Amino acid sequence: MSSRTFIIQGIIVLIGLIFTIRLFYIQVVNDEYKRAAQNNIIQEIVDYPFRGLIYDRNGDLMVYNKPVYDLMVIPKEVDLADSSELIKLLGIDHQTFNKKLNKAKSYSSILSSKFVEQIPNDEFAKIQDRLINFSGFYPLPRTVRGYNHHILSNTLGYVSEIDRRELNRDTSNYYKPGDYIGKTGIEKEQEEILRGKRGVRYKIVNVQGVVKGEFSDGQYDTASIPGQSIQLTIDTELQSYAEYLLEGKVASLVAIEPGTGEILAMVSKPSYDPSLLSGRDFGKNFDKIRKDSLKPLYNRPLQATYSPGSMFKTIQSLIAMQEGVLTSEEKIRCDGTLIGDHAPPGIYDVEKAIMLSSNNYFYKVFKRVIEQGVHDSRYLDSRVGLKKWNDYISRFGLGHRLGVDIPNEGSGLVPDVKFYDKWYGENRWAFSNIYSLSIGQGELLVTPLQMANLGAILANRGYYYTPHILKAIDGETSEYLAPIEMGIDSTHYESVINGMESVIKRSAFRAYIPDIAICGKTSTVENSQGMDHSGFMAFAPKDDPKIAIAVYVENAGWGARAAASTASLVIEKYIRGNITRSWVEDFVLKGDFLDEDQKKALEEMNREKAKAKTNNPL
Amino acid sequence: MRNESLINSLDWQVILIYLVLVFAGWLNIYAADYDPDLNQGILSLQMSSGKQLIWIITSLGIITFIMLLDFRFYDSFAYIIYGILIALLIGVLLFGREVAGSKSWFEIGSMRLQPAEFTKYATALGLAKFLSKPLRQNSELKNQMIGFAFFLVPMALIILQGDLGSAMVFGSLVLVMFREGMHPLILIVGLSVAVVFLLTLLLNQTVLLIGITVLTLLFVGLMAKSPKKIAIILLLGVVTAGFVKSVDFILTDVLKPHQQQRVMQLLNPNRDPLGAGWQVTQSKIAIGSGGWTGKGYLQGTQTKFNFVPDQTTDNIFCTVGEEHGWFGSILLVAAFTYLFLRLIFLAERQKSTFARIYGYGVVSIMFFHFAFNIAMTIGLFPVIGIPLPFFSYGGSALWGFTILLFTFLKLDAHRMQVLERI
Repeated sequence: MSSRTFIIQGIIVLIGLIFTIRLFYIQVVNDEYKRAAQNNIIQEIVDYPFRGLIYDRNGDLMVYNKPVYDLMVIPKEVDLADSSELIKLLGIDHQTFNKKLNKAKSYSSILSSKFVEQIPNDEFAKIQDRLINFSGFYPLPRTVRGYNHHILSNTLGYVSEIDRRELNRDTSNYYKPGDYIGKTGIEKEQEEILRGKRGVRYKIVNVQGVVKGEFSDGQYDTASIPGQSIQLTIDTELQSYAEYLLEGKVASLVAIEPGTGEILAMVSKPSYDPSLLSGRDFGKNFDKIRKDSLKPLYNRPLQATYSPGSMFKTIQSLIAMQEGVLTSEEKIRCDGTLIGDHAPPGIYDVEKAIMLSSNNYFYKVFKRVIEQGVHDSRYLDSRVGLKKWNDYISRFGLGHRLGVDIPNEGSGLVPDVKFYDKWYGENRWAFSNIYSLSIGQGELLVTPLQMANLGAILANRGYYYTPHILKAIDGETSEYLAPIEMGIDSTHYESVINGMESVIKRSAFRAYIPDIAICGKTSTVENSQGMDHSGFMAFAPKDDPKIAIAVYVENAGWGARAAASTASLVIEKYIRGNITRSWVEDFVLKGDFLDEDQKKALEEMNREKAKAKTNNPL
Repeated sequence: MRNESLINSLDWQVILIYLVLVFAGWLNIYAADYDPDLNQGILSLQMSSGKQLIWIITSLGIITFIMLLDFRFYDSFAYIIYGILIALLIGVLLFGREVAGSKSWFEIGSMRLQPAEFTKYATALGLAKFLSKPLRQNSELKNQMIGFAFFLVPMALIILQGDLGSAMVFGSLVLVMFREGMHPLILIVGLSVAVVFLLTLLLNQTVLLIGITVLTLLFVGLMAKSPKKIAIILLLGVVTAGFVKSVDFILTDVLKPHQQQRVMQLLNPNRDPLGAGWQVTQSKIAIGSGGWTGKGYLQGTQTKFNFVPDQTTDNIFCTVGEEHGWFGSILLVAAFTYLFLRLIFLAERQKSTFARIYGYGVVSIMFFHFAFNIAMTIGLFPVIGIPLPFFSYGGSALWGFTILLFTFLKLDAHRMQVLERI
């Protein structure tokens, strides 16, 4: 044998010796490992963070956290001589109990899984003491949302357990199964601010399931970090009042502070009680709400789109004046022959046309904007005119999302050259095809939020701040917003605003408040499906605007009735703090908005529908 | 008559150790898998032990086949077997299936095969064939380079598969090279590289670079008498410094995140006892809790609750340590050590160079597996995930080691015939 063989043999023997010594050390000398083995069952207990609180603009707490308890089970440690006592304690039946236990077993025998979810605090207090007798079961404190005011549900949104789809989409790798997550509304939009950070505690449990204490003196534990609170721009009192007024109707209302773009109130009706979607009846309630034919989950002020109707005439006047095809003093004779009209024939200027909502006047004004005579062909001329008009409309925040900080904002629809080219064919449409736009009908669609924002633009005489609902995070006011300009001289606004003031004084008497100068415009939105929708857009007071508002009440007929009355009450409530005209309040609460003619028309409609049904039984 | 003489000339000591290890492994696989609630027997096919029994029985079939094959087959077909396995390695890179981050499995129906396990065998044969060629000077540099290439090529291919643990095994064949005349400097350089590598991980880079500079200058001043020596020492200093610099690159760019973590874990075991260190912490606890005599068969609490990952495969030694204590563990260490020493004894008595070199290959590969598998479970080396020969659960590994060992026993049984042939 060579010396090299000897070296190789030496290495082998050396390694064998090293192992023998090392094993002797860890197995015999050092008893740290034996102790560690005794205490080796380390249980990971999640410390769920408190979700951030939500306050209103005045610091009134709107949304808080309610303690609940998930009862967890570790199947391996369950030692039940008789399960009936526990079953009685938990108030479930034998079958459910066994099913749940088997499910937990099939998940893992040593890892904990949820046994009973979200036991409310008061119920938990009753069983807490006796729970200690059942090894393998332990309570895990969590929180669910609680609501001081049962309002604003669509915008607040709800929180529930994260689902598989959301887990797969989560690129931050933060979420784990069983976590709660904001699903809609502000809870979703501000999820990262509100959620806080999950903590974890490691507990040592020995082989018999007895808790021995903290693992490594809690060195690896992390405390949960509560979510940051947020303050909304919402005025709880105003919001509650507006919801109270619109209860039982299909309606939207948005109120904005024009000087800041802060949303003061945002009502979507019909809605639901937010507390229904919090706590252990979530599944049952959610199913019910989701299946409701009136769609209570639909956030109408953001998602519903309507024709703007006559409110749109304010924009039409401004564009025409800025384009130089109209002056505020110019008198135009309207005989009511061009287009159907509720305004009498006569001589109109901007102020009077707004006041009486003359369709014929705005037909003529819009014609001037569209046909500016830059082309001999009226087709080409209309193309140029419409393009120019679209630029203005876009600045007014129409036809696209405003960018409000609430999910699911709708964009509405403003038809443009491309749209009509597709609809009629290129150069096959002119003013005569699109004149309905002049009075805010036709293909135009807007959201109530966009109309409230129009109120703010008029109140500010030419600019707006992007409407928003987040005021502050943990007391820190969110970033400064820049005003968005319309590019229309502020002088043009006066005649329009005077006209809007006259609307209230002359025609919408229910909206009139003696010492608050409201400037508004009603819309009676044509509705091919049934009775017209009642719409109203306004701001007040005239000279120092504090609030801009838009209201839509579906199938409620005249704009001057349902929508204008509601808006004026909300304005009065906000500016004065109380209501002086209880008769208007009674009128709104009664909800009987249609006048005699409309009622007859409605009866006629219903009769025809019934007839159509009997003729077509399918 | 011929078979009788074969049986008489086989080395029954090695066979006995093999059978004991395989049987003990089988019992421990059952213990590692054992769950008192499930109440499954050792033969149940739902247990790893039941499946392992099938592998053991088929291994006996393989042994019979090896014994029946002419002993000259291995020498004659060494290069062909080697070539086929290299082709398979390339094939698995192109068509293989990825399991746990390593693309090292062929999938044929429900069967999965890992060519890397058999490449060790083929490489041992190929290298033996090359080095045993008569009249070749194995100490010549060119021949040494080719020798190295024999195991560096499969090593590189397996690194490409993402299986660093298996690739490292081929490094063990350096021992064969050493036995067959490799300059000992290579062994020294290899060890130095490992030491500098570890120092780089442990010490601040700047401190290390200053140290290298100081040492280089010191050597130049003390020892260098001629310009040639000065140049060599300076070159060594620069190369070392460059190596230190590149370790950082290796750590961040060559090693996979889980391997980086395991290296860092070894250097600082308390860094993250619940994360990357979980496996090391838990396997040490399991072994350490065994005490003198262990907790008794099937009585291990650590294994029962699945604290140690990969208990039936890479961490099978934990079950031995926990249930059979220090006595059981050293018995196992002694059995392996005796096996290796016996194999070296057998290798040295070979008349044919091919059989001797192949024998060293067998010892190197199995010794590497044994040493690094146990070192990682007792926290002496990062977790690299290689099985313990004959013990760990798994068909490819058991077949691979069986073929490796019994081919050598077959060659050994015919050692007297070699002279007759020549």
